[in-house]
Amino acid sequence: MTAALNSRPALQAAPGTGLRKAKNSLAAGLVTGSFLLALVPLVWLLWTVISKGARALGASQWFTSDLGTRTFSDSGGGALGAIVGTLEEVALCAVIAVPIALLVGVYLVEYGRGWLARVTTFMVDILTGIPSIVAAVFIYAVFLKALGGQFAGVWASLALVMLMIPVVVRTTEEMLKLVPNELREASYALGVPKWKTIMKIVLPTAFSGIITGVVLGIARVAGETAPLLVLVKYTPHTNGNLFNGFQGSLPLMIKDQVNNLGAGTTNFDGTKQANFAAERMWGAALTLIIIIMLLNVIARLVARRSKISN
Amino acid sequence: MTERTSDGEPLPAPSIGGESVLDPPPAGTVVVGSAEPAAIDVLEDAPPAAGIGSAPPTGTGRVRLGDRVFQGMTSGAGAFVVLLVLLVGVFLIYQAIPAIRDDQVNFLTSREWAVSGSTLRFGIAGLLWTTVLISVIAMIIAVPISIGIALFMTQYAPRQLSRPIAYVIDLLAAIPSIIYGIWGITVLAPKLEPIQRALYHLGGIPIFKDKGFVRGSIFDGGVVLAIMILPIITAIARDVFERTPRQNIEAAWALGATRWEMIRMAVLPYGRPGVVSGAMLGLGRALGETIAILLIVSAPANGAPFSASIFNGGQTFAAKIAADSAEFPSAPGPYIAAGLVLFVLTFIVNAAARGIVNRRKDFS
Repeated sequence: MTAALNSRPALQAAPGTGLRKAKNSLAAGLVTGSFLLALVPLVWLLWTVISKGARALGASQWFTSDLGTRTFSDSGGGALGAIVGTLEEVALCAVIAVPIALLVGVYLVEYGRGWLARVTTFMVDILTGIPSIVAAVFIYAVFLKALGGQFAGVWASLALVMLMIPVVVRTTEEMLKLVPNELREASYALGVPKWKTIMKIVLPTAFSGIITGVVLGIARVAGETAPLLVLVKYTPHTNGNLFNGFQGSLPLMIKDQVNNLGAGTTNFDGTKQANFAAERMWGAALTLIIIIMLLNVIARLVARRSKISN
Repeated sequence: MTERTSDGEPLPAPSIGGESVLDPPPAGTVVVGSAEPAAIDVLEDAPPAAGIGSAPPTGTGRVRLGDRVFQGMTSGAGAFVVLLVLLVGVFLIYQAIPAIRDDQVNFLTSREWAVSGSTLRFGIAGLLWTTVLISVIAMIIAVPISIGIALFMTQYAPRQLSRPIAYVIDLLAAIPSIIYGIWGITVLAPKLEPIQRALYHLGGIPIFKDKGFVRGSIFDGGVVLAIMILPIITAIARDVFERTPRQNIEAAWALGATRWEMIRMAVLPYGRPGVVSGAMLGLGRALGETIAILLIVSAPANGAPFSASIFNGGQTFAAKIAADSAEFPSAPGPYIAAGLVLFVLTFIVNAAARGIVNRRKDFS
């Protein structure tokens, strides 16, 4: 069979002549150009963030202290409060979202038949496309307006849960579908109940793929800003309490620095008042990108260890 | 699964060599993808006698308790997601209606937005215009480039390069939107300024009219938005282009087609529905983008006259809600109403996009 296929003369593109050749070359140029064009903003943006943010990260205090009462013109301080807030909010989000998403993924692949499965798939799609600001407004309407809650990190986590669930559901679904059916059938043949087959055979087989999805889901929500803006409120002080009070986070720290970018008066001798807002803004942006890229690298490494592949 | 024993007793867990296969595997085997060998051990080591003495499933017994609980939990989680999306719609409607009822101007056609006083005067026409305009600009830029990248990956680049290229394009999607925002306004917008100024002088075309927003115009926002939705459209376009049937491609080759002619005859017609749905998913993302637009596009003065210029300032639904989030405690109603409209918009766009994708799946 393969020999027969291989012995067939290989079909390939004709070079064409005249106008056809010119069109072909033009198309090749445009297509290659569009790829190179897409690289421009990526390289440009990463270079900007790295070159402008490195200085702030190099400061000894960056990872060990918060901004506290420092204004834009006071030197020193760091992003500790923002890092703590981001990690806590994202961690709480993952703790809530991952179990739900795993169960939904298992439901859709292992049990999903009939109308509920169809509606669930559709709703997961809708959830994938829900704008983060709508999730934020919904959480606001329920927990702050209707139930009288106060601004706190926990509400941001809940809004992020809505954004993370569909990402994890989709990857879990993909990975469970890749588990060979023979494994399930062999397990059933031994009399193992379906739920134990799923827990002990199917999920462990797909484990690394699912972890990849979870990590990518975390990376997806770690940089979300809109829900934090509506539901938490920023403070430059470190607040480790998710359930009480304003809380800093890297996106909100960036946003806060933006507000101070042009600030500062001119002194009597004509010099401008010092302004560290830009430096801190790019520093926080670089910190955020490093966290997200680390998560992406972890996801790739875990995916590489996967036992099943497409 | 059904009961296998006639007396209704639960079947004892199958055991291999005295050790139940249902026991947790030794520490370490569950972790990080190394569990498949364990599963295979179970299958290979199972003595042939394992099944002897148990009747085949009859389908009449009651379902095991564990199975019932587990199925209940998973379908409960599925129902939760369904309920969640429905709740979003219901709650936003429920909270938006009182505000819309108190609205002194037409909610759909007014461009006013004055909600801090004792009377509410707000309408979504201005927000809707900016949202649609900025998304259209982003689509006009992003769709052709995405198609180009997807063609490059699937038809032009060497096979080994396809994966690294996909990874690089995905990196664009991994960058948080707030970073696009600060980059867009402080780095990119100044570079776009000459283009904008050049277009001012193109003979007074209304959409290129100078409205005094040399930096922070809707155009600037649209360009950044285009970069942000590029990876979404590219991913889906690549997916469908890759699946172009081999026969179609070889048929084109056999006719003596050049590479470009083959793409026009085989790849593009086959991939069109996928590209359309990918573009609509990108549109859904563009409509709802918040913080990048908020940082880049300046808001015009309240009550400024309408202008069709893409060099005007403006506020999208999402940016308006985020910009005024400090006013929420006093008057959340109008913003919840704006959020509702945005939800409905993205719902329609995403549902349509998925509809196209899923219909395609049925045929291929």
